[in-house]
Amino acid sequence: MKLLRCPVNGLRPLSEFLFGGEVREMPAAETAADDEWADYVFNRQGEPGVRKEWWYHTASGTWFIAERDNLKDEFVRTYLYSPGATAAEAK
Amino acid sequence: MFRQPARLKEAYDVVIIGGGGHGLAAAYYLARDYGITDVAVLEKGYIGGGNTGRNTAIVRSNYLTVEGVKFYDESVRLFAELSQDLDLNLFYSQRGHFTLAHADSTLRTMRWRAEVNKHLGVNSYLVTPEEIHKICPYIDLNCGGRTPIVGALYHPPGSVVRHDAVAWGYAREADRRGVEIHQKTLVTGIDLRDQRVVGVQTDRGYIRTNKVLSAVAGYTPRITRMLGLRTPLVIQPLQACVSEPLKPWLDNIVVSANLHIYVSQSARGELVMGASLDPYELHSERSTLDFAEGFADHLLDLFPFLYDVKVNRQWAGMSDMTPDYSPIMGTTPIHGFYLDAGWGTWGFKATPVCGTTMAYTVAKGRNHELISAFNLDRFKNFSLVGEKGAASVGH
Repeated sequence: MKLLRCPVNGLRPLSEFLFGGEVREMPAAETAADDEWADYVFNRQGEPGVRKEWWYHTASGTWFIAERDNLKDEFVRTYLYSPGATAAEAK
Repeated sequence: MFRQPARLKEAYDVVIIGGGGHGLAAAYYLARDYGITDVAVLEKGYIGGGNTGRNTAIVRSNYLTVEGVKFYDESVRLFAELSQDLDLNLFYSQRGHFTLAHADSTLRTMRWRAEVNKHLGVNSYLVTPEEIHKICPYIDLNCGGRTPIVGALYHPPGSVVRHDAVAWGYAREADRRGVEIHQKTLVTGIDLRDQRVVGVQTDRGYIRTNKVLSAVAGYTPRITRMLGLRTPLVIQPLQACVSEPLKPWLDNIVVSANLHIYVSQSARGELVMGASLDPYELHSERSTLDFAEGFADHLLDLFPFLYDVKVNRQWAGMSDMTPDYSPIMGTTPIHGFYLDAGWGTWGFKATPVCGTTMAYTVAKGRNHELISAFNLDRFKNFSLVGEKGAASVGH
């Protein structure tokens, strides 16, 4: 069974979690050009690599960030979101 | 079945990246219909070894959008005559295709699909549970009492095809017309000058060319990254499996949108079975027990008597998913670079029509009318083609 560490509840089976997609910076809606906004809405980093992603622990309702290698299917680290947080602080 | 050239030439008129069904079909129609035979197909593994050989081999055209139905119907038409055309028995077998509904909301979408289909001349209609029982008596219509079947969308032209043979047939006939197929050849870069394609770098040497067609499904983002081209594609595994061989009992293709499974019986008696996408992005063709467990649970709701049947093989392919479940095809902002991508869970059935339309597009440098709605620029223009008739879409 694959396991994922929820920053609040510790190591839990992956089946308790939902994938929420890549963490992305939203451009300012009022000032963004149409192209920039469309790029934000639709385009993604599709190629393999280590990504920052949103994950959700369904049993406790916890959204958090996981860094994951999507080529090796390995979680690197997880932490709660805080504006400007770095992985090192969150550990 | 085809030559294996010892080395690459220095230049080709067209380079096709990806020796799956799509790339080989495009090569074949370029040679047959446009006389363009100075073509290299570059395949990093062996032909048909990617998603062409990993799908569940179903062909149908009962989609939801007008663009989708027209496109896939042309594909079904081409498939029906393909064995003759390629002079190879593809075991094309018309089975009739049920999409079961277990809820009123599903039935509503199916009625919508059936009306769009009929309007465009596609044989597709709603059937009652009694009619399902008559055609396919082995389904437990009550589904163990959990999710009773309330009706189905029935599509008589739904078929299965021997998928490897499609790649082999296209490869042989393209080769016969002068196309070179290079297996074990990895593309490592694409050279541009003023946003125009001028060459392709490979692990077997450099090729000069002004036209590149990328038909690599789950590997597309690695190719577009070489060009700095952004797309909405994300990669998720799609798993499938086959059972041990059984005596023939299942004539039809049975799909359940609510239970997220599809199943048909192959010519050698194996049940060919698939489910929905893995729940997160991943660049891997690994199999999981989660899939087998969840899938078996749902399959037994429909066919309880399969409880002691064993799974013989399980595998996965990498699906390149788009946000609107339609493909991304045709010209791109880079002159001479053509995309045949976004094939998610619906690519195999489109193989012949992708071949004809992409050959047209590459030969003429403009999009074929059947694929103009699928261009990459639809995202920039906010004009998506929402294809809720695609496999793995819940209703």
